[in-house]
Amino acid sequence: MTAELVRGQNHPLPQTRLEIRVSAGHPVVACATCSDPHGAVRDEWIAHPGAPTLPGIEVSRRATEAPRFTVDLDAVPEAVHQVNVLLALPQGAGGPAHFGATAAPFVVVTGQDDAELASFTITGLDAETALVAVELYRRQGAWKVRAVGQGYAGGLAELLADQGLRKARETATAVQETVAVRIPRAEPAQLRTSAADGAYTRPATPRPNPTPGSNQTPGSNQTPGPNQTAGPDATLAPGPDATLRDGLSAAGAASSQPTPTPDAPQPPGGPINYAHPRRQSVAPPSPPPAAAPARPGQPAPPVAGDATGWSMEERLYNQVWGMFEDLARSVAAYRSAVDFAESRLDQELDQVLSDPRSRIGGTGDAAREAARAKCEELTDRARQALDRDLAQLTAESEVVEPALPPAFARWDNPAWHAYRVPMEIPMALRLGDLQLPESPELRIPFLVRLPLERGLWVDSGRSGSEAAIVLDEAQLRRLALDCAVAHAARLLAVYPPGEFTVHVIDPAGTAAPSLAPLVGSGALAGPPAAGAQGVSDTLAKLTQRVDLVTMAVRGGAADSLPPDLDTAEQLLIVNDFPHGFDDRAVTQLRYLADEGPAVGVHLLMVADREDASAYGPVLDPLWRSLLRITPVPDDHLADPWVRHAWTYEPLTVPPGSAVLRQVLDQVVAARRSWRR
Amino acid sequence: MSVNLSKGQGISLQKSDGGELSAVRMGLGWQAAPRRGLFGSRTREVDLDASAVLFADKQPVDVVFFRHLVSDDGSVRHTGDNLVGGAGSGGDDEAILVDLQRVPVHIDQIVFTVNSFTGQTFAEVQNAFCRIVDETNGQELARYTLTGGGQYTAQIMAKVHRVGGGWQMTAVGTPANGRTFQDLMPAILPHL
Repeated sequence: MTAELVRGQNHPLPQTRLEIRVSAGHPVVACATCSDPHGAVRDEWIAHPGAPTLPGIEVSRRATEAPRFTVDLDAVPEAVHQVNVLLALPQGAGGPAHFGATAAPFVVVTGQDDAELASFTITGLDAETALVAVELYRRQGAWKVRAVGQGYAGGLAELLADQGLRKARETATAVQETVAVRIPRAEPAQLRTSAADGAYTRPATPRPNPTPGSNQTPGSNQTPGPNQTAGPDATLAPGPDATLRDGLSAAGAASSQPTPTPDAPQPPGGPINYAHPRRQSVAPPSPPPAAAPARPGQPAPPVAGDATGWSMEERLYNQVWGMFEDLARSVAAYRSAVDFAESRLDQELDQVLSDPRSRIGGTGDAAREAARAKCEELTDRARQALDRDLAQLTAESEVVEPALPPAFARWDNPAWHAYRVPMEIPMALRLGDLQLPESPELRIPFLVRLPLERGLWVDSGRSGSEAAIVLDEAQLRRLALDCAVAHAARLLAVYPPGEFTVHVIDPAGTAAPSLAPLVGSGALAGPPAAGAQGVSDTLAKLTQRVDLVTMAVRGGAADSLPPDLDTAEQLLIVNDFPHGFDDRAVTQLRYLADEGPAVGVHLLMVADREDASAYGPVLDPLWRSLLRITPVPDDHLADPWVRHAWTYEPLTVPPGSAVLRQVLDQVVAARRSWRR
Repeated sequence: MSVNLSKGQGISLQKSDGGELSAVRMGLGWQAAPRRGLFGSRTREVDLDASAVLFADKQPVDVVFFRHLVSDDGSVRHTGDNLVGGAGSGGDDEAILVDLQRVPVHIDQIVFTVNSFTGQTFAEVQNAFCRIVDETNGQELARYTLTGGGQYTAQIMAKVHRVGGGWQMTAVGTPANGRTFQDLMPAILPHL
């Protein structure tokens, strides 16, 4: 049963193992002191965040909104007659300046079984910055709790001095310093509003403390009289017009603040600036390009990089995704309107058919005609709205495409001719183009984030799309391989030198013509692995790498990896799957697909699902875990907003262009000079 | 000019300067239930939800509510579900933004509704209101005080509909009962 105490009221405690919880709307410092039967507090009888334990008493180690006191009254020394539970506001932490400015603290005393024994809401506080919340005291061999709620405008120092602690001021300063180190500043000092500054510079008002209850027992601590209030010269304040808080902040500044830079002197007593004096904060990003003002009645001309982001790359990435979403939604609006127009037409035609009057004369034909005209009119308006949106997006695409960096650009973009080996991993990689049947000319770059979150599967099967069926099997396989090699080359090119390694499994050697750019330039880690032996060796090597890195990451022992381990991201191109694969190799491949991406090992499968149909549903998870792309246009990708089926088109190297080989040569040259 | 409407009162509005509405926001605000000391999260929170239903010729086509925050066409956007309410100081805790220029051509009415998901009636919720704001100039077009509205858990608030080439807003303000917009459909249909 809970007793809700009022100020001065006492209550017996049936248990000796207690927990006292405080909930305040803001961080408060918890302290506890012990007094002997004469009300005197010995210097060592104080528990505070810097020294949180006394025999039988423990307090919270930080200033929190819900500090706790754990008390075992049986373990408290015989000499202790009374335990005082104290709360204080941390100084200089950006919190409230005094208890009057916040919600009333609420104190609950609970027993071992979490049952509430007594609670006390400390109301009526004003300028106090420290207070005695409750007292636990011995009374005829048993313990009782008393609600006190005695506040001190002079803060913890005055409170402790009042309790008879000889080093009250030093202890209070130490407590505040301990707490100040552990509370991060909520905001930089210069951001503080003038209103808050006003609160900081307000002098501690000398005011009489509230009178505690009348049932004082001998031996409880002395009630401070009106003459013991905080004044400018009472305990701490260094000067007549400096406040207590300023004094404490200055003390904190003296001990924990690095020397201020000469050009930014700290105002004496001001809030502490924790910023490193010589360290620059992150430079603000350059502003995005401003769009030219719109001509009246027309939308503003589009500008590349017209999106949010910290860098031009991020802005372009966000802009491309914004265009993707806008196109998806514009087409959704169009399709919804057309569907509605057609369903309304059907309904109206049905009505005409079922209406006997329509059989006479031309009324039926007229009604049918009117329904069709209505449908056409709505469809036309929907098409107009779509065309307006498409025109805007096409104009945007025309300025965005040329501005894209190599990782986002098509192979025919001049960015690839001006290619330089990068020193940073780009945000994303373009895997192809996306388009909808309503706007075949408007192609949205299909960007995926790097590092890859899942492997890629270039589908060489003919079952997928119409475009695949017109090709024969060999042509399609060749196209799929060329496509995979182009993706691998792009990945090699956009990573910094030596940070991306490509392995190839080609059991029967059928991929040699397509692999020529990779093999010829020397961009591969080794020759393509051939035969069953080559397959199992390559897979074993990568599996071991995944094992090691996974273990090191989980065990937090990244520095104990073998020194010869290649730290680069790994890409394994698998051709002719499952040719040359035994069951063990298939299992390893699945393991790589599942566990590899998290530790930088990726798969690039060139495969026809039909070839592996003998494995049955065992391989379904493998195919599902890979991002399926195709060597010919195919509508199998859904957008995340309205789930249209988008037609994916791979990026092709312009015929006769040597851009792939040139780029790979640069990559290899940079890798050599970087290794040297 | 703000029109403070009582329940059930309907009024047709056009922008006072004679122009057409191009973007409107429906705002909904209410005060969170007072916290109760320890285990404060177990207090009976008040969760009101704002929804917008898009109609084409009296058939619901799309709906924007806390499970579907953006209409497929992107013209109506919900800023996100608020499960507990705010300080009750008059700010919107949930808002639905409508870009009338981007509304698909076949959509001719958009109805805004408020529901009490946690079941408290408007009589029990403190400082609850909903309002329609002209987003282009911040002017409040209509405002309802929901608190003290009797034993109802929902309200059909207002609709914007096509008139000629532009849009017009009509305040509805009919009280109803229901947990989500689905429960309100029978009550909405008479107002189309």
